[in-house]
Amino acid sequence: MTEFPDIWSYLARGPLLWLTATLLAYALGDAAFRASGRRPWVNPVLIAVVALAGLLWISATPYPTYFEGAQFVHFLLGPATVALALPLWEARTHIRRAFLPLVAALLAGSATAILSALAIATAFGIDGEVLASLAPKSATAPVALGISQTMGGSATLTAVLVILTGITGAIVATPLLNLIRVRDWRARGFAVGVASHGIGTARAMQVNPVAGAFAGLGMGLNAVVTALLAPILLRLFQG
Amino acid sequence: MINALLALLSCQLAGEVLARSLALSLPGPVLGLILLVVGFAIWPRLVDLMRPLAQGLLGHLSLLFVPAGVGVVGHLDRLAGQGAGLILALVGSTVLAIAVGALTFTAVARLTGNRDD
Repeated sequence: MTEFPDIWSYLARGPLLWLTATLLAYALGDAAFRASGRRPWVNPVLIAVVALAGLLWISATPYPTYFEGAQFVHFLLGPATVALALPLWEARTHIRRAFLPLVAALLAGSATAILSALAIATAFGIDGEVLASLAPKSATAPVALGISQTMGGSATLTAVLVILTGITGAIVATPLLNLIRVRDWRARGFAVGVASHGIGTARAMQVNPVAGAFAGLGMGLNAVVTALLAPILLRLFQG
Repeated sequence: MINALLALLSCQLAGEVLARSLALSLPGPVLGLILLVVGFAIWPRLVDLMRPLAQGLLGHLSLLFVPAGVGVVGHLDRLAGQGAGLILALVGSTVLAIAVGALTFTAVARLTGNRDD
Protein backbone atom coordinates (compact mmCIF):
# COMPACT_ATOMS: atom_id res chain seq x y z
CA MET A 1 0.00 0.00 0.00
CA THR A 2 1.48 3.32 -1.07
CA GLU A 3 0.87 6.38 1.09
CA PHE A 4 -0.97 9.37 -0.41
CA PRO A 5 2.04 11.76 -0.20
CA ASP A 6 4.08 9.29 -2.27
CA ILE A 7 1.36 8.97 -4.89
CA TRP A 8 1.02 12.78 -4.94
CA SER A 9 4.73 13.39 -5.38
CA TYR A 10 4.78 10.85 -8.23
CA LEU A 11 1.77 12.45 -9.98
CA ALA A 12 2.92 16.02 -9.34
CA ARG A 13 6.06 15.32 -11.39
CA GLY A 14 4.32 14.11 -14.57
CA PRO A 15 2.01 15.91 -17.00
CA LEU A 16 -1.00 13.57 -16.48
CA LEU A 17 -2.38 15.18 -13.32
CA TRP A 18 -2.57 18.79 -14.56
CA LEU A 19 -3.69 17.83 -18.05
CA THR A 20 -6.62 15.93 -16.53
CA ALA A 21 -7.32 18.79 -14.09
CA THR A 22 -7.45 21.29 -17.00
CA LEU A 23 -10.00 19.22 -18.93
CA LEU A 24 -12.04 18.54 -15.78
CA ALA A 25 -12.13 22.23 -14.77
CA TYR A 26 -13.28 23.18 -18.28
CA ALA A 27 -15.94 20.42 -18.32
CA LEU A 28 -17.30 21.70 -14.99
CA GLY A 29 -17.26 25.31 -16.25
CA ASP A 30 -19.07 24.26 -19.42
CA ALA A 31 -21.69 22.34 -17.38
CA ALA A 32 -22.29 25.47 -15.25
CA PHE A 33 -22.61 27.57 -18.43
CA ARG A 34 -25.25 25.20 -19.87
CA ALA A 35 -27.10 24.98 -16.55
CA SER A 36 -27.35 28.80 -16.43
CA GLY A 37 -29.07 28.85 -19.84
CA ARG A 38 -25.82 30.08 -21.49
CA ARG A 39 -25.63 33.43 -19.72
CA PRO A 40 -22.56 35.34 -21.01
CA TRP A 41 -21.29 36.15 -17.50
CA VAL A 42 -21.20 32.44 -16.53
CA ASN A 43 -18.15 31.92 -18.73
CA PRO A 44 -16.67 28.37 -18.79
CA VAL A 45 -13.11 29.61 -19.33
CA LEU A 46 -13.30 32.09 -16.47
CA ILE A 47 -14.70 29.38 -14.16
CA ALA A 48 -11.96 26.92 -15.20
CA VAL A 49 -9.21 29.53 -14.74
CA VAL A 50 -10.42 30.55 -11.27
CA ALA A 51 -10.83 26.88 -10.18
CA LEU A 52 -7.37 25.88 -11.43
CA ALA A 53 -5.67 28.98 -10.00
CA GLY A 54 -7.27 28.16 -6.63
CA LEU A 55 -6.11 24.55 -6.89
CA LEU A 56 -2.52 25.62 -7.66
CA TRP A 57 -2.59 28.00 -4.71
CA ILE A 58 -3.97 25.39 -2.26
CA SER A 59 -1.52 22.68 -3.39
CA ALA A 60 1.41 25.20 -3.53
CA THR A 61 2.10 24.10 -7.13
CA PRO A 62 4.20 26.55 -9.18
CA TYR A 63 2.74 27.64 -12.54
CA PRO A 64 5.60 26.08 -14.59
CA THR A 65 4.81 22.67 -13.03
CA TYR A 66 1.14 23.09 -13.98
CA PHE A 67 2.09 24.20 -17.47
CA GLU A 68 4.17 21.03 -18.03
CA GLY A 69 0.87 19.14 -18.15
CA ALA A 70 -1.31 21.87 -19.66
CA GLN A 71 1.11 22.57 -22.53
CA PHE A 72 -0.50 19.79 -24.58
CA VAL A 73 -3.75 21.77 -24.63
CA HIS A 74 -1.91 25.08 -25.07
CA PHE A 75 -0.02 23.75 -28.12
CA LEU A 76 -3.30 23.28 -30.01
CA LEU A 77 -3.78 27.09 -30.13
CA GLY A 78 -1.52 27.25 -33.21
CA PRO A 79 -3.31 24.55 -35.26
CA ALA A 80 -6.68 26.02 -34.16
CA THR A 81 -5.64 29.42 -35.54
CA VAL A 82 -4.81 27.81 -38.89
CA ALA A 83 -8.18 25.99 -38.77
CA LEU A 84 -9.99 29.39 -38.71
CA ALA A 85 -9.32 29.29 -42.48
CA LEU A 86 -12.31 26.92 -42.85
CA PRO A 87 -15.12 29.22 -41.53
CA LEU A 88 -13.55 32.15 -43.43
CA TRP A 89 -13.52 30.14 -46.67
CA GLU A 90 -17.11 29.00 -46.17
CA ALA A 91 -18.23 32.62 -45.62
CA ARG A 92 -16.78 33.78 -48.95
CA THR A 93 -20.21 34.39 -50.54
CA HIS A 94 -21.12 36.69 -47.61
CA ILE A 95 -17.82 38.50 -48.14
CA ARG A 96 -18.45 38.94 -51.87
CA ARG A 97 -22.01 40.24 -51.42
CA ALA A 98 -21.29 42.80 -48.71
CA PHE A 99 -17.67 43.54 -49.55
CA LEU A 100 -17.45 47.32 -49.02
CA PRO A 101 -19.48 47.53 -45.77
CA LEU A 102 -17.46 44.58 -44.40
CA VAL A 103 -14.06 46.08 -45.21
CA ALA A 104 -15.02 49.51 -43.82
CA ALA A 105 -16.53 48.08 -40.61
CA LEU A 106 -13.58 45.71 -40.16
CA LEU A 107 -10.96 48.46 -40.38
CA ALA A 108 -12.97 50.96 -38.30
CA GLY A 109 -13.93 48.44 -35.61
CA SER A 110 -10.49 46.87 -35.35
CA ALA A 111 -8.64 50.22 -35.18
CA THR A 112 -11.16 51.63 -32.66
CA ALA A 113 -10.75 48.59 -30.39
CA ILE A 114 -6.95 48.87 -30.34
CA LEU A 115 -6.60 52.67 -30.27
CA SER A 116 -9.24 53.39 -27.61
CA ALA A 117 -7.92 50.60 -25.34
CA LEU A 118 -4.36 51.93 -25.62
CA ALA A 119 -5.50 55.55 -25.10
CA ILE A 120 -7.55 54.78 -21.96
CA ALA A 121 -4.82 52.56 -20.49
CA THR A 122 -2.13 55.16 -21.20
CA ALA A 123 -4.27 57.79 -19.42
CA PHE A 124 -4.09 55.51 -16.34
CA GLY A 125 -0.29 55.34 -16.55
CA ILE A 126 -0.18 51.80 -17.97
CA ASP A 127 2.82 51.17 -20.24
CA GLY A 128 5.44 48.63 -21.30
CA GLU A 129 4.63 44.92 -21.16
CA VAL A 130 1.07 45.44 -19.86
CA LEU A 131 0.22 47.89 -22.69
CA ALA A 132 1.61 45.46 -25.29
CA SER A 133 -0.46 42.67 -23.70
CA LEU A 134 -3.62 44.82 -23.95
CA ALA A 135 -3.29 45.89 -27.61
CA PRO A 136 -4.50 42.64 -29.31
CA LYS A 137 -7.29 41.82 -26.80
CA SER A 138 -10.15 42.00 -29.34
CA ALA A 139 -8.60 39.28 -31.53
CA THR A 140 -9.47 35.63 -30.91
CA ALA A 141 -7.31 34.15 -28.13
CA PRO A 142 -4.82 32.00 -30.09
CA VAL A 143 -4.02 34.89 -32.42
CA ALA A 144 -3.97 37.50 -29.63
CA LEU A 145 -1.43 35.46 -27.64
CA GLY A 146 0.83 35.18 -30.68
CA ILE A 147 0.59 38.92 -31.45
CA SER A 148 1.21 39.82 -27.80
CA GLN A 149 4.40 37.76 -27.64
CA THR A 150 5.65 39.17 -30.96
CA MET A 151 5.24 42.72 -29.53
CA GLY A 152 6.91 42.06 -26.16
CA GLY A 153 3.71 41.47 -24.19
CA SER A 154 2.86 38.66 -21.80
CA ALA A 155 0.81 35.78 -23.25
CA THR A 156 -0.73 34.86 -19.89
CA LEU A 157 -1.86 38.45 -19.19
CA THR A 158 -3.25 38.74 -22.74
CA ALA A 159 -5.22 35.50 -22.26
CA VAL A 160 -7.07 36.99 -19.28
CA LEU A 161 -7.67 40.34 -21.03
CA VAL A 162 -9.01 38.53 -24.12
CA ILE A 163 -11.47 36.51 -22.02
CA LEU A 164 -12.70 39.61 -20.16
CA THR A 165 -13.11 41.51 -23.46
CA GLY A 166 -15.22 38.67 -24.86
CA ILE A 167 -17.46 38.57 -21.80
CA THR A 168 -17.86 42.39 -21.90
CA GLY A 169 -18.86 42.31 -25.58
CA ALA A 170 -21.34 39.47 -25.05
CA ILE A 171 -23.04 41.36 -22.19
CA VAL A 172 -23.16 44.90 -23.67
CA ALA A 173 -23.84 44.11 -27.36
CA THR A 174 -27.64 43.74 -27.40
CA PRO A 175 -28.52 46.75 -25.18
CA LEU A 176 -25.85 48.91 -26.87
CA LEU A 177 -26.94 48.11 -30.45
CA ASN A 178 -30.60 48.67 -29.52
CA LEU A 179 -29.66 52.02 -28.00
CA ILE A 180 -27.86 53.24 -31.16
CA ARG A 181 -30.69 51.77 -33.30
CA VAL A 182 -28.69 49.47 -35.58
CA ARG A 183 -31.24 46.97 -36.97
CA ASP A 184 -29.23 45.28 -39.75
CA TRP A 185 -28.36 41.82 -38.32
CA ARG A 186 -25.27 41.66 -40.52
CA ALA A 187 -23.91 44.90 -39.03
CA ARG A 188 -24.82 43.88 -35.47
CA GLY A 189 -23.19 40.46 -35.70
CA PHE A 190 -20.11 41.59 -37.59
CA ALA A 191 -19.32 44.43 -35.14
CA VAL A 192 -19.65 42.04 -32.17
CA GLY A 193 -17.36 39.46 -33.79
CA VAL A 194 -14.70 42.08 -34.57
CA ALA A 195 -14.77 43.60 -31.05
CA SER A 196 -15.25 40.50 -28.91
CA HIS A 197 -14.13 37.39 -30.88
CA GLY A 198 -15.45 33.90 -30.03
CA ILE A 199 -17.33 34.73 -26.83
CA GLY A 200 -19.18 37.57 -28.59
CA THR A 201 -19.78 35.29 -31.60
CA ALA A 202 -21.31 32.59 -29.39
CA ARG A 203 -23.68 35.24 -27.99
CA ALA A 204 -24.58 36.52 -31.48
CA MET A 205 -25.43 32.96 -32.59
CA GLN A 206 -27.94 32.71 -29.75
CA VAL A 207 -29.62 35.98 -30.75
CA ASN A 208 -29.91 35.56 -34.54
CA PRO A 209 -28.42 33.13 -37.13
CA VAL A 210 -27.45 35.87 -39.60
CA ALA A 211 -25.80 37.84 -36.79
CA GLY A 212 -23.99 34.63 -35.76
CA ALA A 213 -22.57 33.97 -39.23
CA PHE A 214 -21.38 37.56 -39.59
CA ALA A 215 -19.92 37.53 -36.07
CA GLY A 216 -17.83 34.46 -36.95
CA LEU A 217 -16.68 36.23 -40.09
CA GLY A 218 -15.78 39.36 -38.07
CA MET A 219 -13.77 37.26 -35.63
CA GLY A 220 -11.82 35.50 -38.39
CA LEU A 221 -11.05 38.65 -40.39
CA ASN A 222 -10.09 40.64 -37.30
CA ALA A 223 -7.58 37.95 -36.33
CA VAL A 224 -5.63 38.86 -39.45
CA VAL A 225 -6.23 42.63 -39.29
CA THR A 226 -5.26 42.90 -35.59
CA ALA A 227 -2.02 41.05 -36.36
CA LEU A 228 -1.25 43.74 -38.95
CA LEU A 229 -2.56 46.85 -37.09
CA ALA A 230 -1.64 46.22 -33.44
CA PRO A 231 2.17 46.50 -33.82
CA ILE A 232 1.82 49.74 -35.83
CA LEU A 233 -0.70 51.37 -33.45
CA LEU A 234 1.21 50.25 -30.33
CA ARG A 235 4.29 52.09 -31.60
CA LEU A 236 2.30 55.39 -31.46
CA PHE A 237 1.95 54.94 -27.69
CA GLN A 238 5.51 53.82 -26.96
CA GLY A 239 7.49 57.05 -27.11
CA MET B 1 -7.64 12.69 -39.91
CA ILE B 2 -3.85 12.21 -40.11
CA ASN B 3 -3.76 13.97 -43.49
CA ALA B 4 -5.83 16.87 -42.13
CA LEU B 5 -3.54 17.18 -39.11
CA LEU B 6 -0.53 17.04 -41.40
CA ALA B 7 -2.01 19.85 -43.55
CA LEU B 8 -2.72 22.03 -40.48
CA LEU B 9 0.73 21.55 -38.98
CA SER B 10 2.43 22.04 -42.37
CA CYS B 11 0.62 25.37 -42.87
CA GLN B 12 1.63 26.44 -39.36
CA LEU B 13 5.23 25.34 -39.89
CA ALA B 14 5.43 27.11 -43.25
CA GLY B 15 3.90 30.21 -41.58
CA GLU B 16 6.51 30.15 -38.80
CA VAL B 17 9.39 29.73 -41.26
CA LEU B 18 8.02 32.53 -43.48
CA ALA B 19 7.40 34.91 -40.54
CA ARG B 20 10.89 34.36 -39.17
CA SER B 21 12.84 34.41 -42.41
CA LEU B 22 11.11 37.61 -43.59
CA ALA B 23 11.12 39.13 -40.04
CA LEU B 24 7.34 39.82 -40.27
CA SER B 25 5.39 40.97 -37.22
CA LEU B 26 2.58 38.52 -38.11
CA PRO B 27 2.41 35.41 -35.87
CA GLY B 28 3.30 32.21 -37.77
CA PRO B 29 -0.15 30.59 -37.28
CA VAL B 30 -1.89 33.66 -38.84
CA LEU B 31 0.30 33.26 -41.93
CA GLY B 32 -0.58 29.56 -41.80
CA LEU B 33 -4.29 30.53 -41.83
CA ILE B 34 -3.73 32.67 -44.94
CA LEU B 35 -1.78 29.82 -46.61
CA LEU B 36 -4.63 27.40 -45.91
CA VAL B 37 -7.21 29.81 -47.44
CA VAL B 38 -4.96 29.96 -50.54
CA GLY B 39 -4.84 26.15 -50.45
CA PHE B 40 -8.68 25.98 -50.42
CA ALA B 41 -8.79 28.28 -53.45
CA ILE B 42 -6.32 26.08 -55.37
CA TRP B 43 -7.67 22.63 -54.35
CA PRO B 44 -11.39 22.83 -53.43
CA ARG B 45 -11.23 19.13 -52.34
CA LEU B 46 -9.02 20.20 -49.42
CA VAL B 47 -12.09 21.77 -47.77
CA ASP B 48 -13.83 18.40 -47.23
CA LEU B 49 -10.60 16.83 -46.00
CA MET B 50 -10.10 19.55 -43.38
CA ARG B 51 -13.70 19.94 -42.21
CA PRO B 52 -13.98 17.28 -39.42
CA LEU B 53 -10.68 18.20 -37.74
CA ALA B 54 -11.14 21.97 -38.11
CA GLN B 55 -14.68 21.84 -36.71
CA GLY B 56 -13.52 19.65 -33.81
CA LEU B 57 -10.73 22.07 -32.90
CA LEU B 58 -12.85 25.21 -33.32
CA GLY B 59 -15.76 23.70 -31.37
CA HIS B 60 -13.57 23.65 -28.27
CA LEU B 61 -11.57 26.78 -28.99
CA SER B 62 -12.22 28.27 -25.55
CA LEU B 63 -10.73 25.21 -23.76
CA LEU B 64 -7.43 25.94 -25.49
CA PHE B 65 -6.83 29.21 -23.69
CA VAL B 66 -7.38 27.86 -20.18
CA PRO B 67 -3.65 27.00 -19.62
CA ALA B 68 -2.54 30.54 -20.56
CA GLY B 69 -5.42 32.03 -18.53
CA VAL B 70 -4.28 30.19 -15.40
CA GLY B 71 -1.02 32.12 -15.79
CA VAL B 72 -2.93 35.10 -14.32
CA VAL B 73 -1.68 33.82 -10.94
CA GLY B 74 1.69 35.31 -11.87
CA HIS B 75 0.17 38.76 -12.53
CA LEU B 76 -2.10 39.24 -9.52
CA ASP B 77 0.10 41.92 -7.91
CA ARG B 78 0.22 43.91 -11.16
CA LEU B 79 -3.53 43.53 -11.74
CA ALA B 80 -4.21 44.82 -8.21
CA GLY B 81 -2.26 48.00 -9.01
CA GLN B 82 -3.47 48.59 -12.58
CA GLY B 83 -6.78 46.72 -12.48
CA ALA B 84 -9.03 49.80 -12.57
CA GLY B 85 -7.29 51.23 -15.65
CA LEU B 86 -7.32 47.87 -17.42
CA ILE B 87 -11.02 47.22 -16.74
CA LEU B 88 -11.97 50.73 -17.95
CA ALA B 89 -9.82 50.26 -21.06
CA LEU B 90 -11.49 46.89 -21.79
CA VAL B 91 -15.08 48.03 -21.25
CA GLY B 92 -14.60 51.44 -22.92
CA SER B 93 -12.83 50.09 -25.99
CA THR B 94 -15.28 47.18 -26.45
CA VAL B 95 -18.33 49.49 -26.31
CA LEU B 96 -16.69 51.96 -28.72
CA ALA B 97 -15.53 49.24 -31.14
CA ILE B 98 -18.98 47.59 -31.35
CA ALA B 99 -20.72 50.96 -31.89
CA VAL B 100 -18.19 52.23 -34.47
CA GLY B 101 -18.11 48.87 -36.31
CA ALA B 102 -21.92 48.55 -36.54
CA LEU B 103 -22.50 52.21 -37.50
CA THR B 104 -19.74 52.08 -40.15
CA PHE B 105 -21.29 48.93 -41.63
CA THR B 106 -24.78 50.44 -41.91
CA ALA B 107 -23.47 53.79 -43.23
CA VAL B 108 -21.38 52.17 -45.99
CA ALA B 109 -24.19 49.69 -46.80
CA ARG B 110 -26.58 52.65 -47.26
CA LEU B 111 -24.07 54.61 -49.39
CA THR B 112 -23.39 51.64 -51.68
CA GLY B 113 -27.03 50.48 -51.81
CA ASN B 114 -26.10 47.12 -50.21
CA ARG B 115 -29.18 45.53 -48.65
CA ASP B 116 -29.82 42.75 -46.17
CA ASP B 117 -31.78 40.12 -48.11
